[in-house]
Amino acid sequence: MNATKAPMKPKHQRLVLLALALAAMAGALALGISALGSSATYFYAPSDVFAKAPAPGEAIRLGGLVQKGSVQRLPDGLTLAFRVTDNARDVPVRYTGIVPDLFREGQGVITEGHFDAQGTFIATSVLAKHDENYMPPEVEGSLHKVQGKVTS
Amino acid sequence: MHRFANPARFLRIARVLTLPLTLLGLGLTAAGLWIGLFDSPPDYQQGESVRIMYVHVPAAWLGSGGYLGLAVASAVALVWRHPLAEIAARAIAPVGAAFTAICLISGALWGKPTWGTYWVWDARLTSMLVLLFLYLGYLALSSAEAERGGGKAASILAIVGVINLPIIKYSVEWWNTLHQGSSIRLSGAGASSSIAREVLLPVLLSVAGFSLLFGAIVLMRMRAALAQQAVAARSRRIAAAYT
Repeated sequence: MNATKAPMKPKHQRLVLLALALAAMAGALALGISALGSSATYFYAPSDVFAKAPAPGEAIRLGGLVQKGSVQRLPDGLTLAFRVTDNARDVPVRYTGIVPDLFREGQGVITEGHFDAQGTFIATSVLAKHDENYMPPEVEGSLHKVQGKVTS
Repeated sequence: MHRFANPARFLRIARVLTLPLTLLGLGLTAAGLWIGLFDSPPDYQQGESVRIMYVHVPAAWLGSGGYLGLAVASAVALVWRHPLAEIAARAIAPVGAAFTAICLISGALWGKPTWGTYWVWDARLTSMLVLLFLYLGYLALSSAEAERGGGKAASILAIVGVINLPIIKYSVEWWNTLHQGSSIRLSGAGASSSIAREVLLPVLLSVAGFSLLFGAIVLMRMRAALAQQAVAARSRRIAAAYT
């Protein structure tokens, strides 16, 4: 067996270097993502809030669905009270101000604010999150009819 | 690969391809936008503002797809030292940057009526902004290197920046974001795309049209760069002959 290896061509050297660099980058990405964890997350779901129990007054973002049948307008005419749910836990929210057009029961929202001492989330802003479904109104109407038949 | 590395052969092919790509691209874009703007239904929740999608989605696709092209061309330029690869990378970069900017601007205009805000620092929006900065960094570095004659820093930057592409793609799955998840799934069951057919058709038409136009613009820019090189070489020869 020949002990002396033929020297690599420069082209192949560069190719190996590139492959190593790409592998190192993928590794760095994986490490970075796992180190970032949930701190790169834009909002907490109600279950996260129960798990982490943020202190009253701490500024956080809370996201989830507006619970069906929970939206009430308080007597001052400006403040909305509703519950945000992730279908596991739910949190009472209060918000004074104008909500986006897409805000409605069953719709995703992201609220920014803090918890008061009673455990109500006092929101200073409400954003509507929309889902990845795109369809014309007629289709949505007929879907509801089908669901209505199933449930009734 | 080596067959196309010959600039003369490349020019022959590019010359034939440019016009049909441009015409077909314009036609498909016009059809996609016409159907999207006038002949497709409003969304069941967003109403008419959903039509911004017919510009936003192709722009986002070409911003990130163009970056992949830029990185592959840079890698070929670094490893195989093909002169055409570097020309291709320089030709792609400003076009990709323009589409990324269109994506960010149309997304902001879409965000206001649907989400209630132009901008949030969530993972998807932030990583897309980083993509624009990567393009701008590449453009600045490569033009600085072109002035000084040669250099690898721009190509290396382009390759390192590839790390941002999976972050953009999966940002909506790895983290909670205001931006919604993907509607069009390329892999897995095709039927699981959560987008109605009459909405999907104009999206696909304008994605195809924008992509062909992207290709045509890149070919034109590469031909112009090669022509400039030829002019520079010829004037050097003439200057040498007369001195």
